[in-house]
Amino acid sequence: MPGRLEPTDLTIAMPALVALIGPNGGGKTSLLRALAGAERSKGRVTIDGEDVDSAPPARRPRLLTFLPASRDLVWPISARAVIALGLPLPDPSRVAQLVEALELGALADRPVDRLSTGERARVLLARALAPRPRLLLLDEPLSNLDPYWVVRTLEILRGAASGPSAVLIAVHDLGQLDAFDRALLVNRGRLIGDGKPAEITASAAFGEAFRVERDSAGWRIRRPADPRSSP
Amino acid sequence: MTRLWPFLLAALLVLAVVHLLLPSGPLLEMRRTDASLATLLLGEIRLPRTLLALGYGAALGMTGAALQALFANPLASPDITGSSSGAAFGAVLGGYWFGIADPLALAGWGAGGAAVALTGLLLLAGRRADSGTMLLAGLAIALAAGAGTSLLLALASSPFAFYDSFDWLMGSFVDRSLPQAAAALIPAAIACALLARHARALDVMALGDDVAASTGYAPRRVTVQVVVFSAIAVGTCVSVCGAIGFVGLIAPFVARRMTRGHPGRALLPAALVGALLMLLADLALRLGPPGRAIPVGVLTTVAGTPLFLWIVVTMRRGL
Repeated sequence: MPGRLEPTDLTIAMPALVALIGPNGGGKTSLLRALAGAERSKGRVTIDGEDVDSAPPARRPRLLTFLPASRDLVWPISARAVIALGLPLPDPSRVAQLVEALELGALADRPVDRLSTGERARVLLARALAPRPRLLLLDEPLSNLDPYWVVRTLEILRGAASGPSAVLIAVHDLGQLDAFDRALLVNRGRLIGDGKPAEITASAAFGEAFRVERDSAGWRIRRPADPRSSP
Repeated sequence: MTRLWPFLLAALLVLAVVHLLLPSGPLLEMRRTDASLATLLLGEIRLPRTLLALGYGAALGMTGAALQALFANPLASPDITGSSSGAAFGAVLGGYWFGIADPLALAGWGAGGAAVALTGLLLLAGRRADSGTMLLAGLAIALAAGAGTSLLLALASSPFAFYDSFDWLMGSFVDRSLPQAAAALIPAAIACALLARHARALDVMALGDDVAASTGYAPRRVTVQVVVFSAIAVGTCVSVCGAIGFVGLIAPFVARRMTRGHPGRALLPAALVGALLMLLADLALRLGPPGRAIPVGVLTTVAGTPLFLWIVVTMRRGL
């Protein structure tokens, strides 16, 4: 996994809800992990000039949090306690607020290892939201969610991407792209597109990366031009 | 949990005093004839035994909790991971082959053996191994260390090595001196204090290494430190008292019930529960037939096996 990212610079103006798109294995997760400090990299992440790498555990969650794609949890910790783990200092009212926002009421005191994958995804999202980070990095937060929760999650993330905060989300389902302010396209470890979602999906780089294109009927596979059929 | 602390501490204190003073017959008789003899008995014979039971139990409880949190596996413990057997091998190697007699140096050999075993487990099974792989890797290491220990004893220059080592390696607190107790317990206590500092990191690591790293806890650094401190805490105790099974497995299991499943927060309660269990086990031995010294390690294994099986059965139903 490491070492697949090409050197690049990325600036995110706040507030913003940013989609990170790209084909499988293109480097979305690597980029998120590098930004989160989960992958060794030579790069630096600063938020308003504050170096994230040198921030201690008491400060770091206020700067950024990361939600990996994995939803595995071994220990029978309650949903409420998992959310509390995201906070550097105990704050039961913030936990209660998130339990309500993510409609976890009945599940909040159940061990997370007994929840369904979609329910656990909501609990883990709440954990990442808990400290109100300046930069929220989410890997596939919409997978495993039913349609109601896809829309509701985007609504919650829109709320989180306000004021001095930004949300960067790796997404697979391109049908949700219109909900974002900005889209970043990565392929082969390189940032090859950056702009409004509509501009990105219309770009040539997009078609090349995904090998699909959009016409009036929807998405279809891009075929390489056949020399024999040309007039 | 917070309401249980005073109760547990009081129980521990009472048990320790009972452990120190029982049986009181010889003690009272000596006090009548020669008071200085009674002081000697208390300070030189009874005190090391009580301290070792207390400290070894606490060390097993805490390292068990730390290893279980690190490997994200409720079956990891000093005995199951092979670190106790590795420590025994290290101590025998140092004692019989390199002629080490100084208790502190011997404790170092024990810690080294435990560290090698734990490192071997990390290399063989990895940190995120499933239970089956971890048990098999731990079993392989424990068997290899056990066979190696037997071989070293068989080939040792002292013809009494096997006989002597029975008392030593089967796990016992009887007839240990104060310097021996200090050699085991002072390094173990320091290692445990350093382990306890990782409680919060281990809780966050329950959410995965990537989350821990993004929160500012370097999983690799935590792993190295937990392995080193656990090896020191277990290895030094094994070098003085031999391997004692199951306390390091059961105590964290009980402790997590008090911390609502939090693996890191369970470190301190696990140390308390481990000390309590060990004192109880050593006290229970005195109910046995007089004159026949049953090693405490045998008792904990006999009592712990059904509990172990119960954990395995509940794990199959998803913890």
